Amino acid sequence: MSAFIIRRLALTVVLLFIISIISFFIVTLTPGSPYPWGELNPKISAEVKANFRKKFHLDRPLPEQYAFIMHDLFTGNLRSIKDDRPVLSRIMERLPATLALNFTAILISLSFGTLLGVYAARHAGHWQDITGSFVAFLFIALPGFWISYLIAIGLVKVFGVPILGTQSYGIDFPNAAAAGLDRLWHLLIPAIVLALGGLASQSRYLRATMMESLREDYIRTARSKGLAEDVVLYKHALRNSIRPLISGIGMLLPALLGGSVVVETIFAYPGMGRLGYEAVLERDYPTLVALNFVAAALVLLGNLLSDLLYAVVDKRVRLE
Amino acid sequence: MSTLAITPGALGAVTQETPGARILRRFWGNPIARISVVIILFFALTAGGTALLGALGHHWPYDPNLTNLDQKLLPPSLQHWLGTDNLGRDVLSRMLNGATISLTVGLIAVAVSLGIGVIVGAIAGYFGGLTDQILMRSVDALICFPTFFLILTAVAILGPSLINIVVIIGLVSWTGTARLVRGEFLTIRETEFVKSARVLGQKDWKIIFRHILPNASAPIFVTAVLGIPDAILTEAGLSFLGFGVQPPQATWGNIIADSKTYLLEAWWLILFPGFAIFIASLAFYLAGDALREASNSRS
Amino acid sequence: MLEIKDLKIGFSSESGITPALHGVSLSLERGETLAIVGESGSGKSVTALAITRLLPTPPAVYQGGEILFEGRDLLKVSDAELRRVRGGKIAYIFQEPSTSLNPVYSIRSQIAEMIELHRPDVPKSTADIDAEIIHWLDAVGINEPARRLHDYPHQLSGGMQQRVMIAMALSARPDLLIADEPTTALDVTIQAQILNKLRDLQQELGMAVLLITHNFAIIPGLAKNVAVMYRGKVVEHGNTEQILRDPQHPYTKALIACIPRLGDKRRRLQTIESII
Repeated sequence: MSAFIIRRLALTVVLLFIISIISFFIVTLTPGSPYPWGELNPKISAEVKANFRKKFHLDRPLPEQYAFIMHDLFTGNLRSIKDDRPVLSRIMERLPATLALNFTAILISLSFGTLLGVYAARHAGHWQDITGSFVAFLFIALPGFWISYLIAIGLVKVFGVPILGTQSYGIDFPNAAAAGLDRLWHLLIPAIVLALGGLASQSRYLRATMMESLREDYIRTARSKGLAEDVVLYKHALRNSIRPLISGIGMLLPALLGGSVVVETIFAYPGMGRLGYEAVLERDYPTLVALNFVAAALVLLGNLLSDLLYAVVDKRVRLE
Repeated sequence: MSTLAITPGALGAVTQETPGARILRRFWGNPIARISVVIILFFALTAGGTALLGALGHHWPYDPNLTNLDQKLLPPSLQHWLGTDNLGRDVLSRMLNGATISLTVGLIAVAVSLGIGVIVGAIAGYFGGLTDQILMRSVDALICFPTFFLILTAVAILGPSLINIVVIIGLVSWTGTARLVRGEFLTIRETEFVKSARVLGQKDWKIIFRHILPNASAPIFVTAVLGIPDAILTEAGLSFLGFGVQPPQATWGNIIADSKTYLLEAWWLILFPGFAIFIASLAFYLAGDALREASNSRS
Repeated sequence: MLEIKDLKIGFSSESGITPALHGVSLSLERGETLAIVGESGSGKSVTALAITRLLPTPPAVYQGGEILFEGRDLLKVSDAELRRVRGGKIAYIFQEPSTSLNPVYSIRSQIAEMIELHRPDVPKSTADIDAEIIHWLDAVGINEPARRLHDYPHQLSGGMQQRVMIAMALSARPDLLIADEPTTALDVTIQAQILNKLRDLQQELGMAVLLITHNFAIIPGLAKNVAVMYRGKVVEHGNTEQILRDPQHPYTKALIACIPRLGDKRRRLQTIESII
């Protein structure tokens, strides 16, 4: 087991390193000008430009630039162009909201996706399956920004239900429970919208996996024992589909974080996605580098956690 | 050796059908697949037709960039089937115009990602060993990045031109194809006919292109078809945020973006373009899925 | 006890329905061992699986005939009734023990499932069920069964996995055990052990056994009666010793002639050329 953990951690470190290099590359090697005010702007003196170059280490060779940026990122020296605050602290204050939103979305996607996938596999080839597949693709094809927009407009303007932000402002709640409920309500709508695509893809994935499991010999044995079809499905087949379920998390995470840019912007939810959009509008390159890096690192961490979780569950993995 | 020959009964007629024909037949037998193809053709032909007319100087029904502030924000009517926007431009014309953008982005971005993905996957799968490890670890790392945000960052830095958008989407989306191709190569590489080709001294690149790749073409094609709606949706998202192809060129996404300030008055600015994106993507996804079912030898 | 009358089964595919069984008829008495022998593709496994409707029905199609078990036609009974028969009255062991056991559950839990379902006489407490399981593991010849209780299938050798399958099948005390090529996937050295064990258990428990095999050589001494199948039909059916002495059908003759015998002076082995 420990050999497995060590190998997995080593892999994570290697990947983290590659991720940092990629993040560095995005901003630094692109042919666009790094100056937020334009290269040829005559109002900016040569001295200001030189200071800028020095500040962002642009006069050093590439590997040194990389080292500097990484160092600056973690020591808080990498600062946002917008308000000169350390980039990492700007990100960290958005982190809880982001985690709450994405975690909820994962829960929704995995639970409903699994239920739908198993249902489709059970009735494979019949109308339930075909309808299920069709609905799944319906969700996947739905443009995130479109449905968010429609829902936001619908709920806020037409029904007068406040859902923007994380809580309703200007209302005094009688107790903590009511306040908590309000927060939950504000969290749930964006989370559901975010989860739609993931739910659909998870159900397709699980359907495929279940159908494969159902073709295995041990299913025939289970049936020959006289077990009810439900038991065969949920106890025998589904239990073998846990691994794909867990790796499904790995596939969901980057998609959710990416989708949250649009969803958070529309619902005015103060997470990392919204920060990203603001940074893009302001051409705040340090923040952008850091955001891409942190997002990828989060995904990596999520994968690591789910792999470890899976190792706890399945004994075979431990002996590998 | 004494053997006992038992004569078989008459064998049934054996039909010869190429694998491609078989896939096509199974695909076409699926009613959902047929409808999807019809929808895709509809979009393709209208987009193509509009582009052609535009190149010849004609516009139907109106010039998509012709502003007419007297006619701004009109709901759908007989003169303007889908209404007008905040500058009085006809929405239908803009949408026909935008269709060209969406489909172009979809096709070319997929072409780019396919090109990169196939090459990387083939090299990794064929040569294996250290090459494979390095390439696949890089792919693993790249997959961790939320694609939409990565694309948005790159487009924001490099500037939102059509070429930039297409290339950037392609540069970020190749990882799925690479993994798939690598998997196929690893399997096919071990088959007898490839082994004999190597024993016969065939050059590597010849083996890759003549022997292995054609056998992997079905899943690669399915991935390509399924990648088109991804690209379309990404471009639409970029446009909505203001980082897609820039005005005055119409895209389905930026028609919606323009409507942000006219929320309640102009429902048609949100509904129609969004619906077009939705239906076009859905058609491609359903077609791609039907194709995957048709080429799956197990079902 | 079991009577198969004129069973016809086909398999549907894109090119129509291909017949697999052309009217198979067999019978089996209580406590008796019947072997079904034939080459691959002869339909013997299909027949065995068809008895409790274990063939997945697409693509299999039941085209006619009856399967009478204790007087009832299994092709027509309700699902609930069928599930009572499966395991409790008719149990199976399959060819590939490594894939026929669920890899994510311990052998204890898989055997317990059988006991809990079909043995109301065993009290439901963990200790009682454990004891019952250990009894059966011991009966099939597994050493130190108590220690093996919580092992997973992949931790056992092929021979042991098959023994576990047998234990699992027998723990329900079925009237009929259907063994579909039980030793084909195992080492030759283990084959004899398992087959002997099977014969001993059968005599002890007085149950009927339907043995499916392509290997005629293992049948004498094991099965009182044999049915020879070829291309979906039973071509000869009767007492094993009698058939060995005086085979009637040309295919049976060829099959018997193929059995390698010690002391045989010929240098090349007999084969059958045929195209299925």
